[in-house]
Amino acid sequence: MESSKPLYSGESLEELKQDILKKYPTKVARKRAKQIIINTIDEKEKVPEIGANARTIPGILTQRGCTYAGCKGVILGPTRDLVNIVHGPIGCSFYAWLTRRNQTRLKTPDDENYMTYCFSTDMQDSDIVFGGEGKLKTAVQEAYDLFKPKAISIFSTCPVGLIGDDVHQVAREMKAKLGINVFAFSCEGYKGVSQSAGHHIANNGIFKHVVGEDDTVQDGEYKINLLGEYNIGGDGFEIDRILSACGIKVISTYSGNSTYDQFANSHTADLNTVMCHRSINYVAEMMETKFGIPWIKINFIGAKATAKSLRKIAEYFGEQKLIDTVEEVIAKEMPEVESAMADARSHCEGKTAMMFVGGSRAHHYQELFNELGMRTVSAGYEFAHRDDYEGRKVLPTIKVDADSRNIEELQIEKDSARFRARKTKEQLKTLADKGFTFKDYKGMMPGMEQGSLVIDDISHYETEQLIEFFEPDVVCAGIKEKFVVQKSGVPMKQLHSYDSGGPYAGFRGAINFYKEIDRMVNSRVWAYVKAPWQKNPELSGSYAWE
Amino acid sequence: MLLKHTPVEIMERKALVINPAKTCQPVGAMYAALGIHACMPHSHGSQGCCSYHRSALTRHYKEPAMATTSSFTEGSSVFGGQANLVQAIDNIFTIYEPDIIAVHTTCLSETIGDDITQISRKAKDEGKVPEGKYVIHANTPSYIGSHVTGFANMCKGMVDYFSEKTGVKTNRFNIIPGYVEPSDMEEIKRLLSLMGVEFIMFPDTSGVLNGPMTGRFSMYPDGGVTVEQLKQTGDSMGTLALGETASSLAAKTLDTKFKVPCEMLELPIGLSCTDAFIDTLRKAAGITVPDAITYERGQMVDVITDMHQYFYGKKVALFGDPDQLISLTQFFLDLDMKPVHIVTGTPGKRFEKVIRSMTADLPYNINVRESGDTFLLHQWIKNEPVDLLVGNTYGKYIARDEDIPFLRHGFPIVDRVGHSYFPTVGYKGGLRLLEKVLDLLLDRIDRDAKEESFELVL
Repeated sequence: MESSKPLYSGESLEELKQDILKKYPTKVARKRAKQIIINTIDEKEKVPEIGANARTIPGILTQRGCTYAGCKGVILGPTRDLVNIVHGPIGCSFYAWLTRRNQTRLKTPDDENYMTYCFSTDMQDSDIVFGGEGKLKTAVQEAYDLFKPKAISIFSTCPVGLIGDDVHQVAREMKAKLGINVFAFSCEGYKGVSQSAGHHIANNGIFKHVVGEDDTVQDGEYKINLLGEYNIGGDGFEIDRILSACGIKVISTYSGNSTYDQFANSHTADLNTVMCHRSINYVAEMMETKFGIPWIKINFIGAKATAKSLRKIAEYFGEQKLIDTVEEVIAKEMPEVESAMADARSHCEGKTAMMFVGGSRAHHYQELFNELGMRTVSAGYEFAHRDDYEGRKVLPTIKVDADSRNIEELQIEKDSARFRARKTKEQLKTLADKGFTFKDYKGMMPGMEQGSLVIDDISHYETEQLIEFFEPDVVCAGIKEKFVVQKSGVPMKQLHSYDSGGPYAGFRGAINFYKEIDRMVNSRVWAYVKAPWQKNPELSGSYAWE
Repeated sequence: MLLKHTPVEIMERKALVINPAKTCQPVGAMYAALGIHACMPHSHGSQGCCSYHRSALTRHYKEPAMATTSSFTEGSSVFGGQANLVQAIDNIFTIYEPDIIAVHTTCLSETIGDDITQISRKAKDEGKVPEGKYVIHANTPSYIGSHVTGFANMCKGMVDYFSEKTGVKTNRFNIIPGYVEPSDMEEIKRLLSLMGVEFIMFPDTSGVLNGPMTGRFSMYPDGGVTVEQLKQTGDSMGTLALGETASSLAAKTLDTKFKVPCEMLELPIGLSCTDAFIDTLRKAAGITVPDAITYERGQMVDVITDMHQYFYGKKVALFGDPDQLISLTQFFLDLDMKPVHIVTGTPGKRFEKVIRSMTADLPYNINVRESGDTFLLHQWIKNEPVDLLVGNTYGKYIARDEDIPFLRHGFPIVDRVGHSYFPTVGYKGGLRLLEKVLDLLLDRIDRDAKEESFELVL
């Protein structure tokens, strides 16, 4: 394989873009043109505007899923002690059953864990005709009778919204009857334009129904929440290991390896750290308004990013003891990381990657590819918004369209009983003077190379064209794209499920990732695609028999 | 323990399904549509449906599973999905260039009552369907039946849209293979060829979902039944429908519309059901069974008789689709094993009736349930333990908790490969099943044997 690839000129990328658009009907081409952007960065870190969080055009082969998937599958799926009842026909609950690889670790063998279970009201045609509220109530009662859980949540699927079942009323009624917390989500699949709407609905629900329920002040110093970390393949375990070594106490994680009680108590933390900006930045905002917890953007994907994030947390708390411990941990962890990095880099340097995934992963994983000396020639998100591409500075200029408007925005006020400013004005000023920034996310594009190609909500057709043009050494996306890419002879890494691998977060995760990518881009197996007689079809060899 | 909240005491549930043994119609319709050559399955509903179904099929086959969606929004849910579907049809034919779009509905589009026939007519009138290309559909409301029902409905859609009668009978048989793996379809075709029977198999996912690595992605692989073949099904001598739940609907439709007589058979899994399949073909086509097939059968019987001591009396719990379960249960009975707990999630009264009649003479009681779930199955197992569990990948949680040898069979299998390449139908498939079951039972003997009784030869 080639060890390096030429840079791509703006002209050649523009030509590629026009080639792609040519295939589309006019209206489609016009829309896609706004979502396919050749990256340029000016001295103020300003990047071109990209179309994002827009409807996928019907008939276009998209990566995207639905609001229900974002709500039940992504956000509430990893909370182990919730009984999550899906109100709808059987499929919705079936497909979200153990398919996302969220790992969970019980503190004691007696702890509750319902993540291996799939609960559904399995609506039938009679429920669609006559309404399903009665069946839902019975289902909640049966779940209670069987398991006596501390809380039950209810998820609406498409037909529920159409027939008008009042899931929230059922939840209120059953909460009163059973004496446990029961709450519902109106996360019908047709809402919003992608999973992103579902993340929002889920997080709003948790904020409304659970956060603040438990005021217990826990022991420990440097208390933080980790927001937007879903513990795929054990990422959260590795992050917890590192934070614990630093003496940083994690009050709650939203929502990898999580429990109901962690959410209920999460308002007692002193800092919110945001991993996946897309799926949860609004929770950080609401927690700040209501409880006074400041938030910062961090990233534990990439060894250097992990070190940087730890230092930032230490800087926030500002105590020398913590700053020293963090440095000790980094110093202890890095030699092994650096040796693994150097080894993999010697095989991977100069190779190229494309990444179309998530609302933050396409950005975060560029850190790891950079550490391998690999270039990300093209990247994009599946369900992110403009601020995830261009940075939070564009927030005031984002137009709210009809699809976003129908996702509830909670009106949050200061909780006078629980609000506590974590820093004095003077402390904040000192931090600011040192260049410390709160709620700052620059987005993916300013960190990418000039002349890389950024594509939002990439379609199958575009993926095929890009593979032909860039001939990347590895492509990262999800399960639906996995074998499409591999059939083209290019190794493909799933960055939703990690192909049963991981963890890739933190220091040990980085080592895992270096080895994994080294394995993928330098494997001999791709050389077997053509049979010997396909490589050399001429019959000259047959003369040897004469 | 992975399923530690599952109690031994059984409480009958009226509303709550836990750990289902089925999924919804559209994925079955999508799978069937992939068995038509150059066809793009299209999901008329929210994006999530299509995404989930493609993911499920991809995980099961480790192959691309291509399908499009109408990407419903809140607006389309209120005003109907006509605009979405018309635009989708235009885009699909323009960008992905299939010969056929096979639309299936979802709970969403069914609840709002979209009329697919009318919408595709509109698309055609507006010139969105190129000359010589087709839009077909099946209604697959997710709140009726299961994924098997969806498969059956899409098979019927193929007949509804394509089958013709020219008046000139051919000497072909229509074979509807049932909701089985591409490898099974391949094996059934091999057996038919060995018998010298002319046939049209539909759907046919072999060569589509078990294709080779070529270094080139192909949206429409070589496999699949063609439109030409589907058209000819109305002129065939007869139809063999394998598996009542998945295949009888299309077979009966061919009978009603074109007077193509049909015969319902259980899936040819295991000895008796494969015997019935071959013997029915023999009589229907008026041919002698070739020695090659009798030879394969003999090999299978040889293994059964040689290893009978290990099968005899072993208790089995099974879950999955009704058609598979009926044939598998018969197979275990053929082996003198004891199927004791049998659950399908798919509704339908025939299942329990057939299983009851198959097991009526047994000196013990069996638990059987349609519209059941694997939570119930697990409870049955806790009350009466078994030596073997058979089912899709989800069974491994029960198998691990209860320490039961576990045979993966059915949909989905997302943690092993093989099912798309090696059949379980026919005598060769039966041999493979025998090998797999024996491996599990003998490994267990080896694992549990005391050192003094650990045997070299088994």
